[in-house]
Amino acid sequence: MTDSEVEYARLCSLVAGEPVESGDSPGVVGWLQRLCRTAARVLASAGVNVVVMSDSRNELTVAASGDASRRVEDLQFSLGEGPCLESVAARRPVLTPDLADPGVRWPVYALAVREHGVRAVFAFPLQVGMARLGALGVYRDAVGDLSPQDLRQALTFAEIALRALLDALESPAQSASVAADVLGSRFEVYQAQGMVMIQLGVGAGEAIARIRGCAFSQNRSVADVSRDIVARRLVLSSDERPRGAP
Amino acid sequence: MTVSTERLAEVFVEVADTLVDEFDLIEFLQMVTARTSDVAGVEAVGLLLADHQGRLQLMAASDERATMLELFQVQALEGPCQDAFRRGTPVVNADLREADSSWPRFAPRAVEAGYRSVHAFPLRLRHEVIGALNLFGAETGLLSTADAHVIQALADVATIGLLQERAIRRGEVLAEQLQGALNSRVIIEQAKGALAQIHGCTIDEAFDRLRGHCRAQGLRLTEVAEAFVDDPAGFPGLTTRD
Repeated sequence: MTDSEVEYARLCSLVAGEPVESGDSPGVVGWLQRLCRTAARVLASAGVNVVVMSDSRNELTVAASGDASRRVEDLQFSLGEGPCLESVAARRPVLTPDLADPGVRWPVYALAVREHGVRAVFAFPLQVGMARLGALGVYRDAVGDLSPQDLRQALTFAEIALRALLDALESPAQSASVAADVLGSRFEVYQAQGMVMIQLGVGAGEAIARIRGCAFSQNRSVADVSRDIVARRLVLSSDERPRGAP
Repeated sequence: MTVSTERLAEVFVEVADTLVDEFDLIEFLQMVTARTSDVAGVEAVGLLLADHQGRLQLMAASDERATMLELFQVQALEGPCQDAFRRGTPVVNADLREADSSWPRFAPRAVEAGYRSVHAFPLRLRHEVIGALNLFGAETGLLSTADAHVIQALADVATIGLLQERAIRRGEVLAEQLQGALNSRVIIEQAKGALAQIHGCTIDEAFDRLRGHCRAQGLRLTEVAEAFVDDPAGFPGLTTRD
């Protein structure tokens, strides 16, 4: 075996040995949750997560090493910008060792994640040929580059995550069940999106932008705001000022 | 072998380069046969790959005359390529005039076409053999042991390229399947939300309406959801309040 194959096998066996937690999903999503926890430990990082794109703009967090890292990833979804999205678009790793650097390309995102204690973020695309499936994000609470060894390991974790997803998709029937797993509890976001489209008479893109804007301005997650919209506790008004229903 | 070390290095770099650039399978295989022919100084080179039933099929040839193509193709049944493929080891410097008993159908035809020697190298990675590279010479005993190693190395690089290409294609297809399935789910949820808003009903009731409409019209759920989300006004049957 080559060095990289040895490394791949070693990290795979670490993931396999990672204890299953009560909240873990079955199937490949559960495996990715364990991968995130393993990677967070191995890379001495505050959080690791895996996102999958349903199309070039829409990312879904599939797995996260913990609730805190899921909330951080949620900000990227809320804002529609950030390192994972950029690494998918650019087809390469996006390494941001200091989020306070004035040259950071997503100032709003950088500010928001720094409020969650994140100081550095590294994103690695999950891609095969022309297909771009998603990204692996690594979050650290200290400024600084990944060491060459950590960089290698992060790339290997991304490779393991990609292969796990592809192996889980051998038949179209399986891709439907993996898709349902990946979507998880996010389905309400899309229901809310459909409702806002009709309420405001706007397209899908603008509807999600309104929901994101509302979530961000109220410092809540997109999932929370969406749940309120679906339950009709919240109606977005056409002048962009959200108002609560009585 | 007549080729200089420098030229040899160039050939390997060229083959490896093709693997990272935009990959065209047939172009790549064509290039491998042409370069093998250069490097070995033989008249003709063919590359055969096993299909899903394990039968060898000619994929590319440095010389595409009809007699040549026939010589490659007959090896789906017997011949040096078939042997290299089955055994996973090279067949080097086979003298075609002595080969009637080994390959009664192949050898006389090859001699008739003007060839004296034939060589075949398996395309293999570890235990997997995916095909073979076939060389025809006008003289006997052309390849030294060192030459044979170089040709096998070229075959190995080509094999890695082919297997990578297969893995990538498979990955692309699977990734597209997942994204297709995810998109369908997303669009159906959006349609449910939009319908719930229009009718002031629950999400579940909205889904019932959507499914009922599709069933009544004999349409597919995903297609209706997509067209509806794109233009709700285009579906009076769904949007008219009752």
